[in-house]
Amino acid sequence: MNKVRIILDGIIKNNPTFVLVLGMCPTLGTTTSAVNGLGMGVATMAVLIMSNLVISLIKNFIPDKVRIPAFIVVIASFVTIIQMLMQAYVPSLYASLGVFIPLIVVNCIILGRAEAFASKNGALDSILDGIGIGLGFTIALTLIGAVREILGSGAIFGFSLGVADYMPLVFVLAPGAFFVLGYMMVLFNKLAKK
Amino acid sequence: MKSTLFNMVTVLFTVTLIASAGVGAVNMITADAIAEANAAATTQAVANVLPSFENTEVSEQTIDDMPIVVYTASAGDKVVGYAVESMTKNGFGGSIRMMVGFAPDGQILNVNVLQQAETPGLGTKMADEDNALLRSIKDKKAWEIEFKVKKDGGELDALTAATISSRAYYDAVERAYQAYRVACGYDENADGVSGATATEGPKTQEGGQNE
Repeated sequence: MNKVRIILDGIIKNNPTFVLVLGMCPTLGTTTSAVNGLGMGVATMAVLIMSNLVISLIKNFIPDKVRIPAFIVVIASFVTIIQMLMQAYVPSLYASLGVFIPLIVVNCIILGRAEAFASKNGALDSILDGIGIGLGFTIALTLIGAVREILGSGAIFGFSLGVADYMPLVFVLAPGAFFVLGYMMVLFNKLAKK
Repeated sequence: MKSTLFNMVTVLFTVTLIASAGVGAVNMITADAIAEANAAATTQAVANVLPSFENTEVSEQTIDDMPIVVYTASAGDKVVGYAVESMTKNGFGGSIRMMVGFAPDGQILNVNVLQQAETPGLGTKMADEDNALLRSIKDKKAWEIEFKVKKDGGELDALTAATISSRAYYDAVERAYQAYRVACGYDENADGVSGATATEGPKTQEGGQNE
């Protein structure tokens, strides 16, 4: 399989948010601003690349029946490591993402890619799949976060556009997440089909 | 790979052993940095609410089952202020933690919200600089303030569409004031206490309803 193709597939054809519709909990919960979406996307991508790599390397030693617990242990370890690194070196981002970092463990994108891709492919392809899917997730979360931030609080990446008072607050709240996600999903699939 | 009891047990044991070793190693590397980051955050929070100081003395109290930390800041042998890390459980989105700075004479110097989970755009304004809540108590003498929003018959402003968050904010500031009084050796039974006991009754009830 073409290497570039694997990455592009992860971003467009298999985009985890807009096409596979996986990992909705962090998608809806953390995209209140573009920075939060970006941070969540990058943290998830880091875990995904590492777990895909390790799982593709150890897949031949894992008995089928304990496959899932073994994968979860690997994923949970990487999430804990990322969490400690963030807490130590980017405490402000860690504070704003809060409970969603440990929740990466149960993000179905990661276990889904471990099952669907890493346990059937080699190490290099698995890393590329992790990068592609991770980028797809990061781009999707950043876009949703940016749209919600602009519409809801009149700012982009924290820079106020000076119109905050005229913006419908609902876009920063939970219902706004569904509105923005729904319309962006429609738009993405219409563009991707061409 | 075909599963047998032996290889399942061996593989899971090995995987968990390696994973825990990895997590442990990273923990050893990051433990110092995390402690440093936390300490820096606390020092920064104290510095945000007090004038310049040289060193701080930490003491802990428990008020209404909540841990309150008082940092007594001094320059030379003179106390320049008290920074009280206070909290409330009555926030709209759970507990709120804040640092409140008092001058030695009881004036509220500044309030810095450390942690909150209020509604974005409404209650989160409590963490902004120069917001309505901070404006209505900043630079006032704490004993002259009745910690009640206008809706409850008090005189303090509330944030638009965030009355519950505003009540919680003042609740935490009031608790900080109680801790400050204990910290600077204010006599609990002397004057000024009357205002506190009068508002304490309904406050505990409110907490009960929320839990």
